[in-house]
Amino acid sequence: MTDAPDPVFTEPWHAQVFALTVHLNEAGHFDWPEWASHFGATLKKNGLSKELDGGDDYFTAWLETLEQFLASKDLADLRDVAEIKNAWERAYLSTPHGAPVTLEQEMSEKR
Amino acid sequence: MPHDDPDHPHSLLPPDPALRVKALETILTQKGLIDPAALDVIIDTYENKIGPRNGAHVVARAWRDPAFKAALLEDATAVVSELGYYGRQGEHMVAVENTANVHNMVVCTLCSCYPWPLLGIPPGWYKSDAYRARAVREPRAVLADFGVTLPEDTAVRVWDSTAEVRYLVVPERPADSDGMDEAALMDMVTRDSMIGTGLALPVERSAP
Repeated sequence: MTDAPDPVFTEPWHAQVFALTVHLNEAGHFDWPEWASHFGATLKKNGLSKELDGGDDYFTAWLETLEQFLASKDLADLRDVAEIKNAWERAYLSTPHGAPVTLEQEMSEKR
Repeated sequence: MPHDDPDHPHSLLPPDPALRVKALETILTQKGLIDPAALDVIIDTYENKIGPRNGAHVVARAWRDPAFKAALLEDATAVVSELGYYGRQGEHMVAVENTANVHNMVVCTLCSCYPWPLLGIPPGWYKSDAYRARAVREPRAVLADFGVTLPEDTAVRVWDSTAEVRYLVVPERPADSDGMDEAALMDMVTRDSMIGTGLALPVERSAP
């Protein structure tokens, strides 16, 4: 094992979900031990069916925990998350390549 | 990125989890619970500003300054906070010293608790089930995988991190490093040596 500099985060969304969690903790929405116990439980559950390699599956478990955790705290409803996620997906698919992708169009069409 | 690729008339769709994270961000931003600019600052900090150099600084100082080392081993939280390496998650830091008799090694069996302010974001293997399970059960075998073989009579002590307590290993100072300055010593302190899965690098012998 060498100390060659590995990228800190291998995928941009790993960094995003990490930062989101740290930011919410620092803003006082939950304390870190509470987060860690939930996250540890998810890792344990996911580790039963396959051996986690600490890469993508680690952050998948992180995201899964955060979604459930925020829902349980009434900070982000799971249905809202699914709906907004679909809106983002539609926005990406309907935005010409190279143009900035925004939710505005998707949101205004719904109203 | 080609903008006129006929195979991609629309924007490239990010992977599913990326869209889920975006959705959380959108909702929390709309509710005024998060500041998107703060997220960028956090990412920049962990990608570019915080890393094992911080821990190496602490270790190199401890090697050179016995009073600093004594204070570090007594109350690491206070000592590293004074250097600006404080944990924003409110955790307690404990420094453990490797000697000829004891080799310390750190794991987090719960998830991946790690001294971020001193070492940055943990490497993938630290977060893997394999390391988390085996470090406690068969530490010597794990050390062998990392190329570390210890004398039979050196005891191996494994510390299990928690969200409240995180550990920094102070590796043994390399032989023949007397009189080296802090910067030179820092270069010998690897990330793995501060987790306990490696040793500090040896002093490079200059050509005769």
